Amino acid sequence: MNISRRQILVLLPAAAVAWKSVLAGTPEDSPNYRMSDHWWGMLIDIPKCIGCGNCVRACATENDVPDGHFRTWVERYHVTDENMVSPQVISPDGGKEGFPVAEEDAGKYFFVPKLCNHCADSPCTQVCPVGATFVTPDGVVMVDQKYCLGCAYCVQACPYGCRYIHPEKHVADKCTLCYHRITKGLTTACCETCPTGARQLVDLKNPKDPIHEFLKTHSVQVLKPQMATGAKVYYNDLDGSVR
Amino acid sequence: MSSIKEARHLFHFAGLFVLAFLVFLVVRHYVVPKTFGQYGHYRGAAIGDVAAHPVRFAGHETCEGCHTDVLDVKSKGKHAHVNCEACHGALANHADDPSIKPVLPDTAMLCARCHTASAAKPKGFPQVVPADHSNGVPCQTCHNPHSPAMDAGGAK
Repeated sequence: MNISRRQILVLLPAAAVAWKSVLAGTPEDSPNYRMSDHWWGMLIDIPKCIGCGNCVRACATENDVPDGHFRTWVERYHVTDENMVSPQVISPDGGKEGFPVAEEDAGKYFFVPKLCNHCADSPCTQVCPVGATFVTPDGVVMVDQKYCLGCAYCVQACPYGCRYIHPEKHVADKCTLCYHRITKGLTTACCETCPTGARQLVDLKNPKDPIHEFLKTHSVQVLKPQMATGAKVYYNDLDGSVR
Repeated sequence: MSSIKEARHLFHFAGLFVLAFLVFLVVRHYVVPKTFGQYGHYRGAAIGDVAAHPVRFAGHETCEGCHTDVLDVKSKGKHAHVNCEACHGALANHADDPSIKPVLPDTAMLCARCHTASAAKPKGFPQVVPADHSNGVPCQTCHNPHSPAMDAGGAK
């Protein structure tokens, strides 16, 4: 193939432009989304959770979560009358396939769905030695998987156990609050598939979000408030025995 | 005059430092990604990388755009607030290309998954012991999954 000097002069800049767009990756498919307009969190309404495991399965499907690892999971608590401080907690396969039937015996049972709390002052982002994990301007804790070394400092720093090392990518992995969905106006996969509305995505910067009225009128708690992580996953009617 | 001559090696040394600093600046320019520091001490483009992940669950608004007949039935029943993909599974591929036909879900398994009686479920939530409740008769014989009350009739 013979290429004239004139053709090279046209082709080279075109190739440079094409290569630049390859390097830049896929452009964000949400031109109307402004990070400064949002501050994301989630509401978990414990009295509504039936432990069906829809959220766990949907999360795995949506985000290619490897088997045996969880970005969200459901725990079943059993608190007996005599022992309020050390409840029995089970979460078989993260609650993915539901739970064994609980017998009506002494004490109480309830389900607690868990996920990354997307802390505003998150301990996991503070320990990263390379700046590969961070809180976005709209309040989502993320991992830069191209930058992560897989040292797992963040995995042990998370007080809620929400991170894991991906068995194939060998980098830290965690809930992204379905960032690829919420930036396109969709809700998260777990909220979309929750049949009882026990999980709801909330935008604390949106004055019309019903979360503001809900927080005023219900007894809402975050997990481990004593750690001052600025957790943004709000639990309605959370039992004191939950760790 | 001689003191300046003696200090010359110090100037050489300072020059070496300036050169090393310039080399450092040039290397840093090429090694640190462009968007590092755009929003904070991290690579700003990483946010776009995460946002580029493909969507698998289309969302109920997308389903309702076409399946208005099901919406009419569902919106009047007890399952009005159960989104389509809670039972039918992730179907963004079907929404993008309707020629991809979704598999009809296993009704008996799905009903039991939510409605099997357990002390851990909220007291007001409708629960049954499947074996006692229907004695093996499929749920959809009596209940329409889209509007499960008995007077709403069974599935077609």
